[in-house]
Amino acid sequence: MPYPAAEMMPNRLGLLRKVLRLNWALILLVGAIASIGFVMLYSVAGGSLEPWAGRQMSRFAVGVALMLIIGMIDIRFFRFVSPLAYLGAFGLLVAVEFAGIRSMGAQRWIQLGPLQLQPSELMKIALVMALARYYAWLGRDRVSHPLWLLPPLLLIAAPMLLVLKQPDLGTALLLGLGGAMVLFLAGVSWWYFATAIGLAAGALYAVMASRGTEWQVLKDYQYRRIDTFLDPGADPLGAGYHITQSKIAMGSGGLDGRGFMQGTQTRLNFLPEKHTDFIFTTLAEEFGFAGSVSLLGLYLLVLVFCFASMAGNRDRFGALLTGGLTATFFLFFAVNMAMVMGLIPVVGVPLPLVSYGGSAMLVLLLAFGLIQSAHVHRR
Amino acid sequence: MNRDRKARRDALKRRQEEQGAEHRPLTRRGLIALGGQLAVGAVLAYHMRRLQIVEAERYRLLAEENRINLHLIPPVRAEIFDRSGAPLAVNRQNYRVVMIRERAGDVEAMLDRLGLIIDIPPRRRRRVLREMRKKSAFVPVAVADYLDWRDFAAVNANLPALAGVQPEVGLSRHYANGELTAHVVGYVGRVTERELKAQEIADPVLQLPDFQIGKTGIERAIEHELRGTAGTRRIEVNAVGRVIRELDRIDGVPGTDLHLTLDLGLQAYARERLADEAAAVVVIDVNNGDLLALISNPTYDPNLFVRGISTTDWQRLLNNEYRPLANKWASGLYPPGSTFKMMVALAALEAGVVSPEERVFCKGWIKLGRRRFHCWRRGGHGHLKLRQAIEQSCDVFYYEMARRAGIERIAAMARRFGLGAAAELPIPAIKGGLIPDKAWKLRMHDDAWRVGDTLNAGIGQGFVLTTPLQQAVMAARLASGRAVRPRLIRARGGTPVTLAEPADLGLRPEHLALVRGGMFDVVNGRRGTARRSRIADQAMAMAGKTGTSQVRNITAAERAAGVIKNADLPWKRRDHALFLCFAPFDKPKYAVAVVVEHGGGGSKVAAPIARDVMMRALYGEEVPLEAYPPGQRPERERAPPQPRPEPAEPRIRT
Repeated sequence: MPYPAAEMMPNRLGLLRKVLRLNWALILLVGAIASIGFVMLYSVAGGSLEPWAGRQMSRFAVGVALMLIIGMIDIRFFRFVSPLAYLGAFGLLVAVEFAGIRSMGAQRWIQLGPLQLQPSELMKIALVMALARYYAWLGRDRVSHPLWLLPPLLLIAAPMLLVLKQPDLGTALLLGLGGAMVLFLAGVSWWYFATAIGLAAGALYAVMASRGTEWQVLKDYQYRRIDTFLDPGADPLGAGYHITQSKIAMGSGGLDGRGFMQGTQTRLNFLPEKHTDFIFTTLAEEFGFAGSVSLLGLYLLVLVFCFASMAGNRDRFGALLTGGLTATFFLFFAVNMAMVMGLIPVVGVPLPLVSYGGSAMLVLLLAFGLIQSAHVHRR
Repeated sequence: MNRDRKARRDALKRRQEEQGAEHRPLTRRGLIALGGQLAVGAVLAYHMRRLQIVEAERYRLLAEENRINLHLIPPVRAEIFDRSGAPLAVNRQNYRVVMIRERAGDVEAMLDRLGLIIDIPPRRRRRVLREMRKKSAFVPVAVADYLDWRDFAAVNANLPALAGVQPEVGLSRHYANGELTAHVVGYVGRVTERELKAQEIADPVLQLPDFQIGKTGIERAIEHELRGTAGTRRIEVNAVGRVIRELDRIDGVPGTDLHLTLDLGLQAYARERLADEAAAVVVIDVNNGDLLALISNPTYDPNLFVRGISTTDWQRLLNNEYRPLANKWASGLYPPGSTFKMMVALAALEAGVVSPEERVFCKGWIKLGRRRFHCWRRGGHGHLKLRQAIEQSCDVFYYEMARRAGIERIAAMARRFGLGAAAELPIPAIKGGLIPDKAWKLRMHDDAWRVGDTLNAGIGQGFVLTTPLQQAVMAARLASGRAVRPRLIRARGGTPVTLAEPADLGLRPEHLALVRGGMFDVVNGRRGTARRSRIADQAMAMAGKTGTSQVRNITAAERAAGVIKNADLPWKRRDHALFLCFAPFDKPKYAVAVVVEHGGGGSKVAAPIARDVMMRALYGEEVPLEAYPPGQRPERERAPPQPRPEPAEPRIRT
């Protein structure tokens, strides 16, 4: 029986109905990935819950609770607050800028009561929310109109510039790519993307050409990272060291790895940050190709389930939100894995749900909470 | 009716279709996005396969060879010396013992065993255990520091029985004349989490256990210069990480040693001369700005902080009413009192609102509206010219000068003499003091500037604040007529730091000469306020100015009943005693500034100290007896000059 789409979703779902409508497969996947993280953190600590695994587990527990609570909240509420979320995250980014000036140098963190967090992490979610809201409101016919393209571009560019100033090139690029993905999903014309790619290539050339001149765009250490990427052998004991060591550790894992807690390379402290950005190296060494491809498979499964949820959702805001957050998640693990394999320069991006770190864990589970909410309240 | 419903249903259907159409592209784009993402995933999987299967053999071989561990060699921190090479901050060998958890096995048992050989206090033991729990199993944790050679040898002899225990010889900071230079050199301490995070690109050496960085003073201000760059050591290790041999090492670059401008002998003399006073002394070379002595008294032993200060010591320093931790010479803010009158005099002279010969009548006070502004001398000074008014420090004269010149001119003049802005010295806590003007008052107090404020500023009271360093710089600029800048670093790594010739202040020479003449009279004149503190040797004659700055208000009632004497007030409410001077008068070499907190009168307390320090700077250790005014000569030739009891002279004040 035909009736208006708005009525397809009951206005009020009972709590039990909501629980049943949760995307349980996705929850299980997230749990499985996080568990791999606990195991790896236990291993890099030399077989101890201290100092990382235990804390990571308790944070995960808190995060999952948060995710479920958010999943129960009506998606229309999030649509309503998304401009506020964006403004809030933006305000925090500006606050970091000021705090940074006072305490010299790069300051990416901000103290909010008892917890410390990186506003740039929150911004990754808030930006997707704001863009999804914008395109849910904007009519289909206006999507590719140049004038209507300006506000979303501004929404993306403003936080990017602030994050660049911190300076945190990796996060800025992730923000830009995540935002672009929402535009793409919303149906912005291909031509714009082609032009943007062309412009980006030009800008990249300009950035590299500006090196050593007065108007040098990036910090020296960022150029050094690019150098290192282009030729890791040039400075094997310096900056290229990480990548070389990371590849040796991964490669020596072979097909089935050296066994749990048996990795010699990571154990001997050839690698710094082995519990954060480089944790994938440990996994690859101890569980080999089988282990690393399994984790990759789990990540890809997350993408597939999120896509299914998005495709089956007639609520434009919910679908765009799901798609954008999924893309952000994708960027996280793809960039991290590509980095430790030496395919792209070293940028500080953690392996989602696996790397040690409370801020990233919380923000990721917040994102999955939103995806759940979109799924539960789908139309 | 029926048709109506049909129409509505059609409309709904159309809308639904539209929405369906609206929805479809998202699915298509979504599929494209998913496809792209899966394709990237495939590329990643392909590379994993290449790395871990196709080239696994090669990497496995590399890994076998990769038994090479990279260690950081902490750089040797730069040492700091005084102007003639006497050590101030040096590195000494530190015999210490560390323990590695994963090699010790039963940590508690090993600590018990180690405790039989060396003393491990229970508190230290708890700290070690806590630190071991927090850090990874392979990270060495310091168990004991600063062992003497006997204990260290005993640990070495018993090493076979002590699993996981490693004796180490490190370097630790030692302040050879700690108490004397604590407020200049500062001290180092362990890196805190906060400091670690504040680094833009964290220097990896900061992560080394027990690495120390500057916390205050020069040690902190130019930390990067002092620290140097870490070296690296490649070590071959076996599969469990045991060191087999060292392959090669790249030595780090030590920091550049510093020679300060300080003269340790003069510094020690000034400190001794101050005895127990809460005071600051600054000695500056008026020609090149070299800071020869910088004292903030009382002081503390920075070596306590290097080893980690005990709670009792810390509490004692914090609770001391004389504030030993505060850097009085650089960041102590004091109203300049009458030492500010030279600024007012020069402002008035340069503005042309007074002539050197003009006389102003002082009857003991002047009236502004309904308020009286008092001179320190109740009966008044009578008719005075500008030079005499400096000599006798007449307040009424300077109320009048300040009124005529106005606060903006006075402030501009004071800034030319280095007041109101912090000097560029490698001292983190350095303060700029305060030279108020109309804009400042409007900004800070949201209130208009009043003539009364100008009068107060005219005698260096009210809002005006200066540091002892600024007092000395002001004296040096008065003496030289040039914009002398203070400096603290004489040579870096043995190469002298060259300075640009200080610029001329651009004041009329006759005006400067007049003010200097007044300062000469303060010390040498018949009615000079610091007559008792003159240098009798004509070739070394001194010029100066006393200052007594109030820290309390004197009410009209109190004034009527007679102002309470300083000796009858609690210490905290007594006046600050100030004195600044330069000598020799004809060809100035040094300027000295002394501030004695709550010391009482500048002439009585600060001037004698400044004179003695000045004589020590001018003559060296052997001060000839003729330099002292008759009646003040020390009995024994080598005896340090002691403050003598005041004979009954007319009451002297600013």
